[in-house]
Amino acid sequence: MDIPYTVELRRDTGLNNGKIGIWLFLASEVMLFGALFATYILLRTGAQTWPRGDTILNVPLATFNTIVLISSSVTMVMAWASLMRGRFGTFRLYMGGTVLLGFVFLVVKYFEYSHKFHDGLFPSTNNFLAIYFTLTGLHMLHVMGGMAVNAYFWGPGAKQWKTDPAWFTNRVENSGLFWHFVDLVWIFLFPTLYLL
Amino acid sequence: MTSDHAAASDHAADIDKHVRIYITVFVTLMVLTIITVLIARVHLPIPIAISVAMLVAIIKGSLVACYFMHLISEKKLIYAVLGLTLAFFVVLLALPALTHADGYWIH
Amino acid sequence: MSEHAAVAGAKPHAAHEAHHEELGFWRKYVFSVDHKVIGIQYAVTGLLFLFFGFSLMMLMRWQLAYPGAALPLLGRILGESRMPGGTMLPEFYNELGAMHGTIMVFLGVVPLAVGGFGNFVLPLQIGAPDMAFPRLNMLSYWSFFLGGVTMLASFFAPGGAAQSGWTSYTPLSVYASSGQTWWLIGMVFLITSSLLGAINFITTTIQLRAKGLTFMRFPFFVWAQLVTAFLLLLAFPPLEAAAVLQLMDRVAGTSFFLPTGLVVSGQPLTNAGGGNTLLWQHLFWFLAHPEVYVLILPAMGIVAEIIANNTRKPLWGYRSMVYSLVFLGFMSFIVWAHHMFMTGMGTAMAAFFQTTTMIISIPSVVILTALILSLWGGSIRFNTPMLFALGFLPMFGIGGLTGLPLGLNVADIPLHDTYYVIGHFHYVVAPGTIFGLFAGVYFWFPKATGRRMNETLGVIHFIGSFICMNVIFMPMFLLGMAGVSRRLYDGGAAYDFAQPVLHLNVVSSWGAWMLALFQLPFIFNFFWSIWKGARTEENPWHATTLEWAAPSPPPHGNFLQVPQAYRGPYEYSVPGAAKDFVPQYEA
Repeated sequence: MDIPYTVELRRDTGLNNGKIGIWLFLASEVMLFGALFATYILLRTGAQTWPRGDTILNVPLATFNTIVLISSSVTMVMAWASLMRGRFGTFRLYMGGTVLLGFVFLVVKYFEYSHKFHDGLFPSTNNFLAIYFTLTGLHMLHVMGGMAVNAYFWGPGAKQWKTDPAWFTNRVENSGLFWHFVDLVWIFLFPTLYLL
Repeated sequence: MTSDHAAASDHAADIDKHVRIYITVFVTLMVLTIITVLIARVHLPIPIAISVAMLVAIIKGSLVACYFMHLISEKKLIYAVLGLTLAFFVVLLALPALTHADGYWIH
Repeated sequence: MSEHAAVAGAKPHAAHEAHHEELGFWRKYVFSVDHKVIGIQYAVTGLLFLFFGFSLMMLMRWQLAYPGAALPLLGRILGESRMPGGTMLPEFYNELGAMHGTIMVFLGVVPLAVGGFGNFVLPLQIGAPDMAFPRLNMLSYWSFFLGGVTMLASFFAPGGAAQSGWTSYTPLSVYASSGQTWWLIGMVFLITSSLLGAINFITTTIQLRAKGLTFMRFPFFVWAQLVTAFLLLLAFPPLEAAAVLQLMDRVAGTSFFLPTGLVVSGQPLTNAGGGNTLLWQHLFWFLAHPEVYVLILPAMGIVAEIIANNTRKPLWGYRSMVYSLVFLGFMSFIVWAHHMFMTGMGTAMAAFFQTTTMIISIPSVVILTALILSLWGGSIRFNTPMLFALGFLPMFGIGGLTGLPLGLNVADIPLHDTYYVIGHFHYVVAPGTIFGLFAGVYFWFPKATGRRMNETLGVIHFIGSFICMNVIFMPMFLLGMAGVSRRLYDGGAAYDFAQPVLHLNVVSSWGAWMLALFQLPFIFNFFWSIWKGARTEENPWHATTLEWAAPSPPPHGNFLQVPQAYRGPYEYSVPGAAKDFVPQYEA
């Protein structure tokens, strides 16, 4: 059956269902990461000593990753803009770029983590590392989730462009909102963990 | 169909403007990233370092939210949901910390 | 844009045609995306878990009434590791206690109240064809189901299920046996289910309401579910984060909740330490306080519908009730540390939380008062739903009033963690919420099945349950005020000061076992009426809200014609009208 306002906008709210749904989901994610930031605050304020981020973590690598993630946000929004302009080929390029940049982010993270483990630094070593691994680990799971959705829209999901372009464009926009949120979290994670 | 094409080309001009904004925001974000890393090297006293770093992060985050996520031109309902969320986010961050700062007679 | 709509119109039509092909058994009844099927799945699963959780308590009540006595038959079945010689081990008592709470709250009440009633009634009551995201809806049910299976499976873990209270306080829970890990994993599934459900409910309510159904024309039930959904959406994630942190402590050796200098069973901590054990309590109660409003709000919504319908009068103070509901939802996020008054917090923050807690009692009182005042001058019909709705009122009153000393930090000192607390919250949830849910079952059964439940059995169910619940929980206030702590596996028998009140444990236990007997008429009635109940038309209660416009039971898509709302939700006894009710959906 057809659910109303899946694509068309409802007049009094000016929105379609998916847009509201994704923002509600992002609101819950704010509270999820908020709890971990609250944890960070309590652990740090309760600690006798707390290491400065750059004494343990690799700032240049993380700066590179920050640039990678921000760039992927740009390619993501350009992918959606391409669909709005009706340019499917360009969409494919930008969306592919987004997935690729996400992959680069993950590869860098892999090196970061394995370097830590190699140096005998684990979540159990101290609370700084515990919250570092947990925050960046949960963030990384979100990157993977976002990439899976983006890859779907780049690949098998893209055939919806032929049958229902408006709905497809909206879905790409919504997955873009999730991806930008993942970038947003990193924008706060990076200075908190690495620079302070 | 002609009205559809007209709407589409208006749309296209609109998108062009947006794309220019996206590029500007991207460059700004890069610059702010470099700035925040460079400031961190100065090793300011912790409270100031935290304030500056968070300020830059908030600016960067706002740019992503307002322009990449189109929040600057969103509908009232979304603003209302996010406003509520922000309020509770602040409560979650502040109240446990305040409770501990108020002091516990058990340590 | 209109071309887009025209193009979009053609596609859904094609999709509509495709949907007319008959779905196989599995797609129709098991993996359905229809909100009515999902609602019934949630309701039946929730009811089963309610009875299972109740059974755990009935077992505990044997130990509490007759500490150390061997339980005939059942004792032997449960095995030597739990009940050697039929006598309950303290560890097993703790397992039963922790799982009773967890199952009742997360697997019983919320799935029934929100997943069951919310899913089934909400789209119908707003005139929608289904939820905004039907596939997401199905996903939330199965996520709940997986969480339930995980929780049940945890009983078979070595060392048994979780046994650190439903509150899983650290550091005890960090050192508990593997069942606790299953509990944490189960919670992640359950929380995911609630989050997905909340997204669906909010979007559906705002976007899919019928033409003419403005917010202030919503039935109170819709408002209750909407506020509840916001509570679930924003309060659950911190507990999910906390569960991950506790999992890390248990499995990855971190010390999020393990303070430096902790000594466990004479052994000093080998972990890094530096953790904050109260952090768990903050994150847990940040959810768990709004959670108690998740438990009560849907029931208040149900009771409001039934009272308006069976007094043949509009609700008194509808606007005040709605504003109170919204205010209550907001306040519920800033009162949580009243559960932590005894952790040694400073006076400033204790005063803050005490103040917000006192303030939050106001909207509750407004809502209860409005419901009571709604009875005045009504033509009251004493059918089974109404009996339960009426019973709810004084019971919720007692539950609410007894909460006041607990919310005042000084009065809380002698009462915290005693049976007084157990009495307080059970009054709100058991003869409170559960009565509301029973009322809802009797009330909406005709809509879901096209048949009515038997009234006589319903009255027996009500009278028996009402008396037994008071027999169980009233003595607990006395037990608590005498100083008997909760979670004592012998019910206080080891303490001198408790001796004069110990007999009350026997009273409560017999009340519990009698309560179980009085559920039998209900269980029988429920299943018998599905096949043999008296057939009914679409609106047997002569009610005004939109769900009664649909056939009983409603088909896929719910309404034969797209409904529209022409007036408010409670136009009963309108002067000059032909009948004593004017439905919302009648032009």
